[in-house]
Amino acid sequence: MKLTLRVWRQRAADADGAMSTYEVDDISPDMSFLEMLDTLNEELILRGEDPVAFDHDCREGICGACSLVINGDAHGPERTTTCQLHMRSFRDGDTIDVEPWRASAFPVIKDLVVDRTAFDRIIQAGGYVTAPTGAAPEAHATPVPKPDADFAFEHAECIGCGACVAACPNGAAMLFTSAKINHLNVLPQGAPERETRVLDMVAQMDEEGFGGCTLAGECATACPKGIPLVSITGMNKEWLRATRKVAKR
Amino acid sequence: MNSYADYTTGAPVVDGTAPDGPVAERWDKRRFEAKLVNPANRRKHTVIVVGTGLAGGSAGATLAEQGYHVVQFCYQDSPRRAHSIAAQGGINAAKNYRNDGDSVHRLFYDTVKGGDFRARESNVHRLAQISVEIIDQCVAQGVPFAREYGGLLDTRSFGGVQVSRTFYARGQTGQQLLLGAYQALSRQIAAGNVEMHPRTEMLDLIVVDGRARGIVARDLITGRIDTYFADAVVLASGGYGNVFYLSTNAMNSNATAVWRAHRRGAYFANPCFTQIHPTCIPRTGDHQSKLTLMSESLRNDGRIWVPKAKGDTRPANGIPEDERDYYLERIYPSFGNLVPRDIASRAAKNVCDEGRGVGPGGQGVYLDFADAISRMGRAAVEAKYGNLFDMYQRITDEDPYEVPMRIYPAVHYTMGGLWVDYDLQTTVPGLFAIGEANFSDHGANRLGASALMQGLADGYFVLPATINDYLARNPRQDEVTGEHPVVQEVLAETQDRLNLLLSVDGDRTPDSFHREVGELMWEFCGMARTDAGLRKALSRIPQIREEFWRRIKVPGTGEEFNQSLEKANRVVDYLELAELMCLDALHRAESCGGHFREESQTPDGEAARHDEEFSYAAAWEFTGTGEAPALHKEDLVFEYVHPTQRSYA
Repeated sequence: MKLTLRVWRQRAADADGAMSTYEVDDISPDMSFLEMLDTLNEELILRGEDPVAFDHDCREGICGACSLVINGDAHGPERTTTCQLHMRSFRDGDTIDVEPWRASAFPVIKDLVVDRTAFDRIIQAGGYVTAPTGAAPEAHATPVPKPDADFAFEHAECIGCGACVAACPNGAAMLFTSAKINHLNVLPQGAPERETRVLDMVAQMDEEGFGGCTLAGECATACPKGIPLVSITGMNKEWLRATRKVAKR
Repeated sequence: MNSYADYTTGAPVVDGTAPDGPVAERWDKRRFEAKLVNPANRRKHTVIVVGTGLAGGSAGATLAEQGYHVVQFCYQDSPRRAHSIAAQGGINAAKNYRNDGDSVHRLFYDTVKGGDFRARESNVHRLAQISVEIIDQCVAQGVPFAREYGGLLDTRSFGGVQVSRTFYARGQTGQQLLLGAYQALSRQIAAGNVEMHPRTEMLDLIVVDGRARGIVARDLITGRIDTYFADAVVLASGGYGNVFYLSTNAMNSNATAVWRAHRRGAYFANPCFTQIHPTCIPRTGDHQSKLTLMSESLRNDGRIWVPKAKGDTRPANGIPEDERDYYLERIYPSFGNLVPRDIASRAAKNVCDEGRGVGPGGQGVYLDFADAISRMGRAAVEAKYGNLFDMYQRITDEDPYEVPMRIYPAVHYTMGGLWVDYDLQTTVPGLFAIGEANFSDHGANRLGASALMQGLADGYFVLPATINDYLARNPRQDEVTGEHPVVQEVLAETQDRLNLLLSVDGDRTPDSFHREVGELMWEFCGMARTDAGLRKALSRIPQIREEFWRRIKVPGTGEEFNQSLEKANRVVDYLELAELMCLDALHRAESCGGHFREESQTPDGEAARHDEEFSYAAAWEFTGTGEAPALHKEDLVFEYVHPTQRSYA
C-alpha cells in the first residue's frame, strides 16, 4: 500500500505545531498502525530528520499508552487501541490524518505525545481501597455476588488511555472517573469509602480542567474497552447519594 | 572492544541470609531474626524503587505504608502501565479451595520440579507460603477476580499442574493485579509518602564506599540528567527478553537498570535461562515489531495439532481427523496439551523443523477449539476465552470460532536476572532486586501463573520484611551529595555515553542494530542451543558492537524528548548482555528447563540434565569492559524435592 500521512508535528510543549505531510510506500495490510509509523520513522532517521514522537509500549491493547487521533477519531476507525489497529482497515492511496489527543487537560509534550498525569491525580484522590499490606482478611470471608463481581470487572477494564476525553466535545473525563468509581463502589471492600471516593474524585476531575458532561456519548463510542455510557449515570447517582448522605451528617 | 568469550572461575557465592532448619519454618525464622527499624525512624530513611510493575508497585506502596520515604521511577507516563499489565492467565496460590489435594508443599514441589531443579528450595517454599496471603491482599484491595455463583472465588488449572490453583480475572489478571498495586501506590503518593517520577529512566547506579546509594536518571521529557540519593535502592525493572528484539515484552521494557547495576558490581545469575512461550501469534513479516502472547489457559480446552504429512497445505478444516497429529497428546499422554512451557515450545519447533508447520513460512501449529465448542457450547467458550479470541481475530483477521488458531513459540520471560540472597539483596550491599529483575525462584523454567505470584510476593511481603534488616544494621550512613567524586564520575560517564551516541552520526538506526542482535540471539541462543552456534554468536556480537559505535545514527539532541536516543542507549546494553547470555549458555553444557543444549538429550529427545556437574546457579561478575567475566557458583542443595529427570510422559 502507498499512503499519504498528514501528521501533527510540534517540537515541544511551548512551540507552535503544524501538520506535516509524508508519503509512505510498501505498507503491508498486516502491519499495525504503529508498525506503519515505525517504517516512517526509520526513513526519517536515515534522512537526518526528527522522527515522529508517539507513546506506545505493550502493543497488545492493554497498557493504554498509545493515543492517536486518526482521521478525527480517537484510536482510529475501529473500536480498539491504536496499537491493535491494522493497515487492512485502510485502502491503498488513502490520505490519513494523525493527531495527538486534543484536550486542555492533556497538554502536548511533543508531536503526538500528551501529558495524561491528570488521570493519575484523579486516582490519587480516591480511586483505591484503603487496605494496607498484611491487614487483609481471608479472601473467602466476604462472598461477592457474581453479578456484582462481573459489574466491577467490566468497569475495572479501563486502561486509562484517555480516548474518552479526546473524543468528548467538552474534553470531559466522566467515563474514566466513573469507571473506577463503579468498579470499587459496587464491591463490599469498597463500601467504607464509598462517599468520600466519589466526592473527592469528582472534585479532582473538575480541578484538573476537564470539561462537563452533556451526554454526547462520544466517550463510550471511542472507548476501546467498551465501558458503557450508563457508567456515568452510575457515578452521578453515587455522587448525589453521597452529597445527601454527607449533608445529613 | 574485545570479545569476552572467555571466563575465569572465582570463589563460590554463598547465600549468607538463608536460615537453616525445616524448610517450612525458615521464613518465620528469618523474619524473627531480621532486625527491625523503629517506626519513628523509618521516615528518616529514603528508599529508591525503580519500576512500577507488580513487584515495584507493591513494594513502593508497602514500604511507604511502613513509613519509609520512597522515591520511585518509571519510564512510562504513568505508574499504571508497566508490562505486568499484559499478563493474562492468572496467579497461583495454594489455597486448596477446590479440595483437590493442593497444599503449600505441593506448590513448592511443583515449582522446584517445574524449574528443573535449578532454584533454591528455601526461596521457593517461601513463595508458596506467601501465595495465600497475596490472594487475601488483592481481594481486600478490590481486585475483581472471577467468582462462582455462590460469591466465592473461581480457580482453574494452568500449564503443567494437575490441581486448580490459579486465580484469574477473565484474561486480564495482570491488569487487575497491577491496578490494585497502582491504586495502593497512588494512595501513598497522595499521602506524600511516595515521590513519583514518571517518564524518568534510570541510566546508572551510584555505589559509594561499597554500598548502593543512589541512581542517575534521565527525565525523558526535558532530557535533564539528575542524581537521586537514598539509603537503599530497589530494582524492579523487569526482565531482559527484549534482547531478542521480537518478544512478548512491551516495546520499551529494557535491561539498562539491571545491566548498569551488573557493571557496578551486582552479579548476574543464569542469564541464559530464558522462557520461550508456546502460545503466541506467529509473525506476519519483517515489519513485525513485537509478538503477542495468548494466555496458555487456552491449552486447557484447545487441542494442538499439525498435519501428519509434510507440506500439507490444505486448509485446517479440510484435513480429516485421522490425518492430524495431536502430537502433545500422543507423546505425553498423561499431561497432553498441558505440558510445561519449555516442552510445548520445543515440540512445536520440532514438528515445524520436520516440515509439518502451518501458516506463512511453516512457522506455526494449530490450536483447535472445535472439540471444546461442541462439548461446552460456543457461549461457554466465549465466556472463558472471549477476549483472547477477539484479540486473535483482530491481529490475524481469522475467526478462531470457525478455523483453528495458529500459534508459535516466542520469547516471553527471563528466569535469569541479578543474583540475590534470601533477603533479595544483590552482591552490592543496599541494592535489592525483586520480581523478574532477579533470578531467585523459577530455576531454569517458570511455571504458568507464577510470575504474578513472585512479583507480588517480593513486593508486598518479602522485601518489606528483609530491607528492614539492612536499614537497621546501617542506621546512619554518611550523606552523599552531588559533589561527591564518585557521583561526579558516574554522572560524567552517563553524559559521555549519550553524547557519543548523538555525535557518531552514522548511517544505521538503533532499531536496525537491535534487530540484528535479536535475530542472532533467536537463532543461536533461542529454543535450541549448540556449542558451535553459541561460539558463532560470541564471535559475531563484538563485531556488531564495534559496528554500532561506528555507524549509529541518533537524530536530535540530548536536551529534549528523544525516543531515538532512549532506544540507542538501551541497545548499547543489549549488545553487552547478549554476549553474557551466550557465554552462560555455552558454559552450561547440559539441558535444563528453558535451556536446551542439543548435545545433551535423552535417547527420546528430552532435555538431559547433568546434576553432578551443573547443580548450581551461575553468578557472573563483571570485571571490566572487554575483560573475561568471573563465574561464581552457588551450589544448590535439595533436601526436600529430590532431583529426578523431569518426565511428563
